[in-house]
Amino acid sequence: MTESSRDQILARLRSVLPESAPLPDLPPIGPWQTFEDPYARFCEVLESVGGICIRVPTLAAAHEQLNQIAAWNDAKVRLSVVDGVGDSNVDLSSIDDPHELENVDFAVVRGQFAVAENGAIWVTDDTVKHRVLYFLPQRLAMVIPASEVVHNMHEAYGRLEIGKHTFAAFVSGPSKTADIEQSLVIGAHGARALTVFAVESFD
Amino acid sequence: MSHPALAQAFIDDRPRAQWHDKALWFVREKRDRMATSVPEWEELRQRASEIKQHTMSLLPDYLEMFERNAKARGVQVHWATDGPEHNRIVHEILQKHQVKKLVKSKSMLTEECHLNPFLEKHGIEVVDTDLGEWIVQLRDEPPSHIVLPAIHLKKEDVGETFHQHIGTEKGASDPKYLTEAARNTLRQRFCAADAGLTGVNFAIAETGGFVVCTNEGNADLGVSLPKLHIASMGIEKLIPRASDLAVFLRLLARSATGQPITTYSSHFHGPREGCELHIVLLDNGRSEILKSPEFRRSLSCIRCGACMNTCPVYRRSGGHSYESTVPGPIGSILTPLKDPAAHSSLPFACTLCGSCTDVCPVKIDLHHQLFAMRAFLDRKKLLGMSKKLSMKFVSGLLSSQWVFSSAGKAARTALRWLPRFAVYNPLNPWGKQRDLPDAPKDSFRAQYAEHQKDKKSRPSSGTGGQS
Repeated sequence: MTESSRDQILARLRSVLPESAPLPDLPPIGPWQTFEDPYARFCEVLESVGGICIRVPTLAAAHEQLNQIAAWNDAKVRLSVVDGVGDSNVDLSSIDDPHELENVDFAVVRGQFAVAENGAIWVTDDTVKHRVLYFLPQRLAMVIPASEVVHNMHEAYGRLEIGKHTFAAFVSGPSKTADIEQSLVIGAHGARALTVFAVESFD
Repeated sequence: MSHPALAQAFIDDRPRAQWHDKALWFVREKRDRMATSVPEWEELRQRASEIKQHTMSLLPDYLEMFERNAKARGVQVHWATDGPEHNRIVHEILQKHQVKKLVKSKSMLTEECHLNPFLEKHGIEVVDTDLGEWIVQLRDEPPSHIVLPAIHLKKEDVGETFHQHIGTEKGASDPKYLTEAARNTLRQRFCAADAGLTGVNFAIAETGGFVVCTNEGNADLGVSLPKLHIASMGIEKLIPRASDLAVFLRLLARSATGQPITTYSSHFHGPREGCELHIVLLDNGRSEILKSPEFRRSLSCIRCGACMNTCPVYRRSGGHSYESTVPGPIGSILTPLKDPAAHSSLPFACTLCGSCTDVCPVKIDLHHQLFAMRAFLDRKKLLGMSKKLSMKFVSGLLSSQWVFSSAGKAARTALRWLPRFAVYNPLNPWGKQRDLPDAPKDSFRAQYAEHQKDKKSRPSSGTGGQS
């Protein structure tokens, strides 16, 4: 049944193909927008979409800064997957069903690198046991290397091996919606807040 | 019903129609600010257009490549020739997993297939989790816009709907309060769902994966908790390479809502451990569109909605007046192509101003296609008498110089002397909401001749004689 639909669709398409058209080149470095200070631009855009960026010299400094955040201190259920930043009070390794993460108030996760042009951070599923950790906690902090900021999306894809991870995403700020009368509301279904710690040295 | 007839009710509520117009123009202005902040914007549009045209020229090969690579990642790939087959496939998968509760993120394709009523008939609870789509689902309405499904509603309407369905306070209309209430209710739905269904923004042939873009995070929540993820996609959503995503992700959100990128751009490559991922590839008339040299470029559409936000007719008539899943300029091409007889008025819901073409991120020649669509409908003998007669009349008027100049003279005199009721009456629908300009004393031809005479009588200054 479905096999024949497949053949039918492909045959129909083959009988109506338009003339060939060339595929344009997309070099990672090309006529694309770059910035004098990519990190500064990243912070500026991140803040414009509701995120906060804090630059710290070390992981220990990120830990200290996190402890200054009221929402972290008030959080009943805290979970960090970044060694040295934040103390968890749930053990992720003992959780097999992602539904059990429903009550996480604040999570600390890793981001691989940042994009200056749009304030996005690349996250992958290999650093979290359950990918829902990027979406289900009420609030989120991301730890990224401060030196890893690319100018634009072309450069970003230039360094990525897409498909290496079952799941990966660009995340830009906390979740939001403007579906009611175009009024922007931060905290739609995903995280209500996103704090980014840009760490200068991971040693 | 025709577009003008459906638009009438919308226009009758003038303050609301004006508010709708402004709300969409606000989005259009945000888009402009974003577009102008990227110096290579036009370069991006050009490449996006080329990538899409290239993909279309090799679509069956890329589809096979995509299928092969997706299967290698453990994805189950299904093919559907039309909406009913798509719905049947989705239902079979759900049945196999004994799914009772399904959460859906925004998918215009499932709207196109009328999946919700089909599944509900089979006893499956379907929840649309995009806030705007959930609002219209609760109200039992179709979305009025592909990106902003509830843009036709005011916050008071949403407040009343929520009061009735989820018990928010009577009269409460603060968007923050309403969004919070929706968040709390939908969280329970996410956690209780047996399966998640998403659309697809871009599918990558060379990797066998796909990308879904949302701001709310609803697609990701919907498919990261249950063990079953179904993704429904039109066959035109394909792009050849992962690096092409750079172009499209740079264009999509900037064109759609004036954001630098959507909050979440999620890349799915295979199922989670111990879970299943299914992709349903749908034709449903797309191969028919590919056949047509005039209209095939409409398949390049990435569903950003920019053409709607800028369209002077859409803004003033509302999405529901189009009676089609995709309204606005692009919908006025796609929908009549599927069912010309039922939607023959749509390409006339257009002033041919060309603004849609200017903002389209993949450079679809929208207003040219809308014009061609009128001829297409004429060839199919689907134009009404009023359109045919007025065309005949104008053609007679314009093909004889004498008739044209006499008619012009008569009209100029008449407009100056006729009483108002003789000009603004039901025979002149154009004058319903607007006044004609004051008629000039002389025709353009006469004014031009006069101007030329003046120029000759003055010594030439070499600058064309302007004074």
